[in-house]
Amino acid sequence: MKIEQEPQGGGGGHSQSHAVELQDVAIAFPMTDGTRYEAVGQTQLKVKDREFVAIVGPTGCGKSTLLNATAGLLVPAEGRVRIFGKDHTGLNRHAGYLFQQDSLMPWKTSIDNVAIGLEIAGTPRREALEKARAWMGKVGLAAFCDRYPHMLSGGQRKRVGLAQVLIRDPKIILMDEPFGPLDAQTRLIMGDLLLDLWSADRKAVMFVTHDLDEAISLADRVIIMSAGPSSRIIGDYTIPLPRPREIADIKSEPQFQEIHREIWNALKEEVLKGYRQVEERQ
Amino acid sequence: MIDKRILFLLQLSVAVIVLIVWHVASTTTLFGDPKNIRFFFGEPIAVGQRIIDWFADGSIWYHLGITLTEAALAFIIGSVGGVIIGFWFARKPLLAAVFDPYVKAANALPRVVLAPIFALWLGLGIWSKVALGVTLVFFIVFFNVYQGVKEVSPTILSNARMLGMNGRQLLRHVYLPSAMSWMFSSLHTSVGFAVVGAVVGEYLGSAAGLGYLIHEAESVFDVTGVFAGMVVLTFFVLLVDWVVSLVENRLLVWRPKPAN
Repeated sequence: MKIEQEPQGGGGGHSQSHAVELQDVAIAFPMTDGTRYEAVGQTQLKVKDREFVAIVGPTGCGKSTLLNATAGLLVPAEGRVRIFGKDHTGLNRHAGYLFQQDSLMPWKTSIDNVAIGLEIAGTPRREALEKARAWMGKVGLAAFCDRYPHMLSGGQRKRVGLAQVLIRDPKIILMDEPFGPLDAQTRLIMGDLLLDLWSADRKAVMFVTHDLDEAISLADRVIIMSAGPSSRIIGDYTIPLPRPREIADIKSEPQFQEIHREIWNALKEEVLKGYRQVEERQ
Repeated sequence: MIDKRILFLLQLSVAVIVLIVWHVASTTTLFGDPKNIRFFFGEPIAVGQRIIDWFADGSIWYHLGITLTEAALAFIIGSVGGVIIGFWFARKPLLAAVFDPYVKAANALPRVVLAPIFALWLGLGIWSKVALGVTLVFFIVFFNVYQGVKEVSPTILSNARMLGMNGRQLLRHVYLPSAMSWMFSSLHTSVGFAVVGAVVGEYLGSAAGLGYLIHEAESVFDVTGVFAGMVVLTFFVLLVDWVVSLVENRLLVWRPKPAN
């Protein structure tokens, strides 16, 4: 781990407290036979305001549960979740969450899906729709406002989901393999769209993915988690690639490949170690 | 794919052939004694004439109106009850668990046997028929709404909560639309059962309605009247079903069309 410099772009009003701080957080589930399955072992993680952090790990390592704990959808078995320096219980009102699976309400049109977050917060419907229309434009779907989710492609649904989350102007954005179900080309386009929107108005982002390429090309910092059970953070890399980034181009740059090689070497070793541990335990 | 017009002609020819065989059997000696056959099956022209007479002198409208009123009331009361109780049970698992055996028992009971009791309690007017229809409609709607609330996708639910919805807003924007989509998917069945409740109730004891008409004709061995009543009832149900389809298409625009 030689890349250790602080990511740029932090600071702002919350420079002293982090947007998200997980202190000794462990996540466990009761099993049907009475034992406890520990998905994530004691974990420390700090995310600065305006920082884009990608969390990478093999499938099933519990990276999504860390997001759920941050969102307040899940109560950690141990440890504390601090949001902007305050302990928080219940749902995290500062956070917007883009899920991996389809999460749009199928009975609402795209624009109604985008507007709903404002409407339920008390914004008059006309105003909410106006803003939603603007957001549909920002995600490139201005012509699709009146379509229902089933009439859209997977990528378009993700765009609507992105607008639905961002219209509420959350200070923290949680993304759980949001582009996982999409094909490779659509993923690249969605990645660029995400970076464009994020660069225009930077928020703290926690982006879970199993794709190391995607993580490096998007993030300021890449966190590597080991395989579960009791998975933990085994690497924390700052990505010094300059912004703005063009995802399709950046992958062919030597600096990208160097970072990729370094992280991959560490990751491979640790993942194999993780597998051996699992085998010994059995 | 078969050409639509050819398909229609084929479908039409089935009806024509049946009518011709019926007509020939009841007027010629080809299939046996036509008197006998007329006694059991009537004859198509007489049946048609009877239907025309009913509509010409307007007497049928009164009976149709009564049956429609009973079915509509049964459908509305049964649906509202099913939605409310279905929602309530789905949101209160303990309540649902306690009442589970009773709900199952009540649903297992053939509802027709309740008709005499309803007649005793509510008299021979429309309400005993409405009650019978309600017992049929209620359970269909109840089970569907219960399922609809239970089967809301957890992701959609989490997403709605993350968007800031409180309990009431979740009910209005997530649970209710989900339950409604399940309810509407059973709309044809529940409307059909509302009509069944009305007609069976009338048949078992009443002074008006299509069921009464058929029963009256039957009691004087007026086979033509029975068949005419059946034909009118069939077209009545088809018409109601068509209206239901229109309503359904309007309300469920957001649903993907099932693949053909």
